[in-house]
Amino acid sequence: MKEFRLPDDLPGKGGPDAAQGIIKLASLAVGGQGGGVLNGWIVDLARQNGYAVQATSVAGVAQRTGATVYYVEMTPRSDRQPVFALAPSEDDVDILLAAELMEAGRAMMRRFVTAGKTRVIASTHRQLATVEKVVPGDGIAASDEVMKALDSLASDYVAFDMQTIAEEEGTVISAALFGALAGSGALPFEAESFRDTVRRSGRGVERSLAAFDRAYEIAAQGAAGEGATARLPEPAAPARDGAPSGAAALMRGWADLEARLENLPDGAREMARAGLVKVVAFQDLRYGADYLDRLEALAAKDEAAGGARHGQDFTATAAKYLANAMSYDDIIRVADAKTSQGRFGRIEAEMRAGPDHLVRVTEYTHPGAPEIISLMPAPLGRWTERRGWAVRGIDRLVNRGRHIRTDRLGGFLSLYCLAGLRRWRRALLRHETEMTHIHAWLELAVSRLPHDYDHAVQTLCIRRLVKGYSDTHARGLSKFDRVMEGSALVEGREDAAEWTRRLINAALKDPDGKALDGALDTIATMIPARRLA
Amino acid sequence: MAERSFKKEVQQLRIGAGETFAGEGILAITKALLENGVGYVGGYQGAPISHLMDVLADAEEILGELGVRFEASASEAAATAMLAASVHYPIRGAVTYKGPVGVNVASDALANLASGGVTGGALIIVGEDYGEGSSIMQERSHAFAMKSSVWLLDPRPNLPSITEAVRHGFELSEASNTPVMMIVRIRACHLEGEFEAKDNVAPPLSVREALANPRRDTSRIVLPPYSYRHEAEKMTHRLPAALDYIREHKLNEVFGPETGKVGLVLQGGHYNGVIRALQRLGLADVHGDTDVPLYVMNVCWPIVEDEFLSFCEGKESVLLIEEGGPEFIEQSLRAALHRAKAPVNFSGKGIVPPVGELTGEVLRDSIRDFLVQAAPEMLQPADRSPNRPGPSEVPDLGDVVPARPPSFCTGCPERPIFAAMKLVEGDLGPRQVASDIGCHLFSTMPPFEIGGTTMGFGLGGASNAAFGEGGDKRSISVIGDGGFWHNGLNSSITNAVFNKDDGVTIIVDNFYSAATGGQDNLSSRANNPTKSTQHSIQKALKGVGVDWVRQIDRTYDVGKVRETLNEALTTDHKGPKVIVASSECMLNRQRRERPQMARAISEGRRIEKPKFGIDEDICTGDHACMRLSGCPSLTLKQTGDPLRDDPVAHIDQSCVGCGNCGEVADTAALCPSFYRADLVHNPGRWERRIAGWRRRAIGWLQARRDRKRLVWGQA
Repeated sequence: MKEFRLPDDLPGKGGPDAAQGIIKLASLAVGGQGGGVLNGWIVDLARQNGYAVQATSVAGVAQRTGATVYYVEMTPRSDRQPVFALAPSEDDVDILLAAELMEAGRAMMRRFVTAGKTRVIASTHRQLATVEKVVPGDGIAASDEVMKALDSLASDYVAFDMQTIAEEEGTVISAALFGALAGSGALPFEAESFRDTVRRSGRGVERSLAAFDRAYEIAAQGAAGEGATARLPEPAAPARDGAPSGAAALMRGWADLEARLENLPDGAREMARAGLVKVVAFQDLRYGADYLDRLEALAAKDEAAGGARHGQDFTATAAKYLANAMSYDDIIRVADAKTSQGRFGRIEAEMRAGPDHLVRVTEYTHPGAPEIISLMPAPLGRWTERRGWAVRGIDRLVNRGRHIRTDRLGGFLSLYCLAGLRRWRRALLRHETEMTHIHAWLELAVSRLPHDYDHAVQTLCIRRLVKGYSDTHARGLSKFDRVMEGSALVEGREDAAEWTRRLINAALKDPDGKALDGALDTIATMIPARRLA
Repeated sequence: MAERSFKKEVQQLRIGAGETFAGEGILAITKALLENGVGYVGGYQGAPISHLMDVLADAEEILGELGVRFEASASEAAATAMLAASVHYPIRGAVTYKGPVGVNVASDALANLASGGVTGGALIIVGEDYGEGSSIMQERSHAFAMKSSVWLLDPRPNLPSITEAVRHGFELSEASNTPVMMIVRIRACHLEGEFEAKDNVAPPLSVREALANPRRDTSRIVLPPYSYRHEAEKMTHRLPAALDYIREHKLNEVFGPETGKVGLVLQGGHYNGVIRALQRLGLADVHGDTDVPLYVMNVCWPIVEDEFLSFCEGKESVLLIEEGGPEFIEQSLRAALHRAKAPVNFSGKGIVPPVGELTGEVLRDSIRDFLVQAAPEMLQPADRSPNRPGPSEVPDLGDVVPARPPSFCTGCPERPIFAAMKLVEGDLGPRQVASDIGCHLFSTMPPFEIGGTTMGFGLGGASNAAFGEGGDKRSISVIGDGGFWHNGLNSSITNAVFNKDDGVTIIVDNFYSAATGGQDNLSSRANNPTKSTQHSIQKALKGVGVDWVRQIDRTYDVGKVRETLNEALTTDHKGPKVIVASSECMLNRQRRERPQMARAISEGRRIEKPKFGIDEDICTGDHACMRLSGCPSLTLKQTGDPLRDDPVAHIDQSCVGCGNCGEVADTAALCPSFYRADLVHNPGRWERRIAGWRRRAIGWLQARRDRKRLVWGQA
């Protein structure tokens, strides 16, 4: 590990860079992370160790959740006052603290990290920016790109998740960052001196020190690069992992279905297993058998179209999207999830409830006429749907926000009964609608299989666009339709699969489908040329 | 109660001669005011001098002991008008606000004050908000000093220099009967440093004593014939007096060797940046001893021409380092050189960029470029050579690292107002929306993207005036409670009443001037011991003739905000329609309530703490909720489920349970995956027992259902 060493003779004029005798430390943080506290600690630490020090920050509007910079300069105290700069300069930062991974990225972009010079101490957790969250698809920035850049640029860095350490110790990230700074050895001060600074600050000292010590240990062991992975909030283990439990007859039925998975090609089996679990949990064993029937038929077509050459991608993709399509998001599913065994325990854990606490749970639901009609037996539903007055009447009756207390018996029972409609689900309008939709979609995909394998796979992927409830669901369906149409326009082209993939990505970019419009317009300009040719 | 408390820090204001002060720039300025016998202080908050106002407010007791009057002024104009006390009375007064926006507002009073002149020292401390992190238009306050003949100090950014500038500011003001403006840049306000303290001095004449012995002098009134006399006086008396004082007390400083072929001229505020550039070029040492002569203009207006000319004497080339545009100082210096026919090569803008902050990199490059032409022998070979290796490799992360502009805080009560506006936009189509200054201006950013202009503090309503006649679609203006009391009641509301404006105004009332740091204002709900609060915005509106007023007392009720806005946009009522949407700033509320709650819980009292959550199974990953929120605590997580492509919504531990998520999901009929969980601390015995019964009954029902199906992973 590199230690910061002051040059033996402070360079003066006529040397290469007189400012080398000054330690320059910049912290990049997100407003609200407690960067000011950290800055204050560093100043105190430097003063106590006989250093002349100057700290600055850009207080102001950026502190409202925006990206912000704190800056400290220090040099051993002498009888003359040094001249410090007020802001970090490009290629002139010795120690860079980043309180969040993308801020480390921002530091590199701003040239605050210089190869062979800058010591980087970064927390690898992510605090997502608004622009990452509003994308209908996956808009989360690529953390590994930042880690790669860090790896190639800063030979000497300490990077690990300091936010989780702080949270686990019931404090804020500044304490963990301060510990990592101490552990990294980047500053020429003793660890105990760091701790004294924390003690002097007076508030929440024990918690701060606990986080400090944990971060110190990791940094001191040379966390440079090792285990430095960027991390989002811990992905929960898939809700339905492993083997189910249940009555003997049901378990026998399940074993039969599981055995059928062996008939599927290797490349698709794991996905099909996950899919099978999902549809059986959604409905019942018979539904699982339906799923496998369809999947086996698709696998046979896949085989006939030379799927082996493509690693049976068609079957694997179908296994995924068919399971999702068959487990459509109806009210019954929602009510079932809200009343499921184990949910209350999950919420209690999430709330960090102890034995001396009680937890009350309120659900926010807002059913409208379409949801109610979709729960009707198919013929009645179809009849109602066609009559505007009936739809309006039902809407007047049901359309309002309902806050349901599911920790109470009354609220729980209402959802429990709704979930009980499951046994009639196959006869309801929603089911009929979904099955028709699935049928048309699979037909089209299968029809493309013989002459354009990749395009057929992409056709299956279009199903990714169907998600959400009520209006959002309707918008998703309309995007699905438009991409399906778009995919028909490019059919026959060599790059049809690529175009359909692009359409899907465009549809996931924004909620109103502006990017999709653009992509479809581009296709429209290509079409006449194709027809003429 | 302001966002940051300086109760502890202000105790340093009591220290005396022989002691060392250590702390922030703004605190040092306050200390310097007290050391120099200031009689009254005032101002209006705004970065970077918000904390100066907070320091003064927290120091009221100490100020009172010295007989110093403190005003939290209603606006910068009010603050500057307060300096009228120094016109006839030999009392030192100081006010502070941000520049140039505060100076814009103050300019009426400033020009009148400057015309008549002052007897007591009048000091205006301007926090210049320019460059990185700035929230305002990029302009210079310099022009105001020039046009009104106010002297402009721009001291070197270290605490000894800044505190000395306060003393000289008062003395210069008195010596030349002219108000003095002192600029401190954003980082200088917040720099931590030290200086040798002096004893505090009570004002020789207090405002109380002056009030008992009134004075007047008609010749100080801005009316003919005196106004013409003032104009002449500025040139014939005040300017020469000021120049004498500046020369005599060496307010401008010269550093480095006495002779040299080149020299640098700079604004005092950029001294540290220039020294760092010279250090990096090997031309200065750690303590600032430089090989290049420097003429440091701690006074940027007026220009001491003879001083500057004598600095240029014997030099071949001189570079002026001046930040921002227009290049006022360069014009003045060039004129001086021209008048004197001085044979020096003078450069300024062109080598120094015409716009933008003078960052470390800009300064180093500018000075190097200048020296390459003017004195290449001074440079290190690597700096002199045009073939020097380029700057370090910058990883291309432009497409990866997301922009992170400031936004509404977790639980902000303004978020649901804009969520409702977004829903109304869906119902009734987009509208002409004018924004104002304040946290609510974040509505213009994702995810809301509402509002097209911002014309000034309290001018939201006025900036829609052209559309006041109405039409198919009414306009909407947004204004905050801070802006309302600063200027909005008059410029936006009475303006709309008088002109029979048909538009809709939403007043975002969060109980504080929140964007500037949570200072109290007239309608704040807090009991402020030294200020009069709890004045109703609604009553003020009715008082000036607004007939259609709707009060919303809980902005988190998205449905109600939506309904009210719908009504305002569609009602037949003629004349302005004003909605007052009130809920406390969450940042301040948390600061206030958290310790109270913690105490209550430890005392064994029953407390409910809400937090929102999301059922991962039910969330489909469409992120529609994000587009109506942008809350930092509402975020995403990967599921680890191979069947799912997109991350699902997730609410992290920072959630304060404001209710926006649930209300939005409900009002927009978004998705049923949200739930609110209330953690009950210290529940009663009966409550516990009933909860136990409920749990058993629910458990029995769940077990009954699970007997008929397969169940996964219920460990």
